[in-house]
Amino acid sequence: MSGHDQRGFGFLPRQFLAAGTASFAEFLAAHDPTMLPSGRVMPVGESVDAPHGTTIVALTYPGGVVMAGDRRATMGNVIAQKDVEKVYPADSSSVVGIAGAAGVAIEMVKLFQVELEHYEKIEGTELSLDGKANRLAALLRGNLGMAMQGLAVVPLFAGFDDETAGGRIFSYDITGGRYEEHRHHGVGSGSMFARGALKKLWREDLGRDDAVRVSIEALYDAADDDSATGGPDLARGILPIVAVVDVHGYRRIPDDELEPVVRLVVAGRQSRPDGPTASLTA
Amino acid sequence: MSIPYYVSPEQVTKDKADFARKGIARGRSVVVLQYDAGLMFVAENPSRALHKISEIYDRIAFAAVGKYNEFENLRVAGVRLADLRGYSYDRRDVTGRSLANAYAQTLGTIFTEAQKPYEVELVVAEVGETPNDDQIYRLTFDGSVADEYGFVAMGGSGEAITAGLKENWREGLTFDQALRLAVDQLAAAPVGGPAPGAEPRVLTPGQLEVAVLERDRAGRKFRRISGHRLADLFGVVDDSANAAGDPL
Repeated sequence: MSGHDQRGFGFLPRQFLAAGTASFAEFLAAHDPTMLPSGRVMPVGESVDAPHGTTIVALTYPGGVVMAGDRRATMGNVIAQKDVEKVYPADSSSVVGIAGAAGVAIEMVKLFQVELEHYEKIEGTELSLDGKANRLAALLRGNLGMAMQGLAVVPLFAGFDDETAGGRIFSYDITGGRYEEHRHHGVGSGSMFARGALKKLWREDLGRDDAVRVSIEALYDAADDDSATGGPDLARGILPIVAVVDVHGYRRIPDDELEPVVRLVVAGRQSRPDGPTASLTA
Repeated sequence: MSIPYYVSPEQVTKDKADFARKGIARGRSVVVLQYDAGLMFVAENPSRALHKISEIYDRIAFAAVGKYNEFENLRVAGVRLADLRGYSYDRRDVTGRSLANAYAQTLGTIFTEAQKPYEVELVVAEVGETPNDDQIYRLTFDGSVADEYGFVAMGGSGEAITAGLKENWREGLTFDQALRLAVDQLAAAPVGGPAPGAEPRVLTPGQLEVAVLERDRAGRKFRRISGHRLADLFGVVDDSANAAGDPL
């Protein structure tokens, strides 16, 4: 067995038959580390200008969690992409949204998806929600060097936890630090405005549809004050991506179901440009 | 210095093959067959945890008989190969044919170069867009590959079951019919052949491992049929075929 086949044709090299890890990322690191998102060779001492994704919000409601992201990617003052997707299913019962350097982030999501599916196939059982959140942290840890050079990835992870029978949200920093968020959270350049909106609109008894509505209001507020976040583009039919995870698993809300909600939010802003007001007493 | 005995390559190959065959002949069997909605895998396997049937990728599944540690090793390698190819190219570029080739090369190398050949037999099956696109590859311990049509049986009583399937399998079996056929064939052919004058064997859901690749399922098409669902299905199968409602 002397042949070495990077892309997996021909017979199976030794690493394939080695006993041990159920992690695809660890297998890649042993087999061909250049294929990892962090396997890039970066120019020394320079920072790289690349498209960046912007705002992601997530909020829990009784029985699940909603995650939503705008569709804009920017490079400096240029809009690099009008309809980029930044919210993805991580597996059948969790969702991951990404802000930061779009190219690296999308690659990392792809690796994370394979990582979870790989574990499930090798071990015959799904990882726990905490286990998944920890794997994402481990993938991020390798990215610190690139983050220092302007290619930071800031994911937001959420899923349905069978043990608590509810949705949970996890945020990360560029070093791979993992933090559980309660109720709601946002990441990306517009997140400070979105978080303000979430704080005022989130309630314990939000239904699923109301939670979806709140996520759109929060993204609208982010787009209102952050130039890098895109608002709903009704002229082009580009709507935010909204995903729900509940006991039945991941589900992206299809555009035809989402459009009436978005139109409602946009129409509401015609009469009240700053959006719904929160009561002082409640 | 002692002079090593000369052993001809023919003899070495024959000895290794006999050794591998003997190992495989001790194991319980697995049946893979086409039915109207895809491909079905039925194994006689009392273990809930040590699987003989497993998912490899979206449309591809794996079934094996023989030594568990050896085929488990190959299964994991197959999952790694498929995930690697899907990750570096695209999910659509992962094919059963390339996986079967990799297994064949690997088994062939182990057979000729290692002291002891793997005592395993594998099936790599891929469900296609239409029944005509389905592919079933059978791999033996020496790396031989056969492209099978419709059904395949392997294990201790593989030959007896294959003879039974040849007579009874036809295109377009429903799920229940295919399951019934596979279970009947497995039950009628215990390892070592039926004891003369013995009662026909009865297999319960607890002794079976069943999975399917469903053609019309989106994304990952592999699904295990286990626990309650299998017990319920057996009820249905029994009612249509056996008025007394005996277990299978």
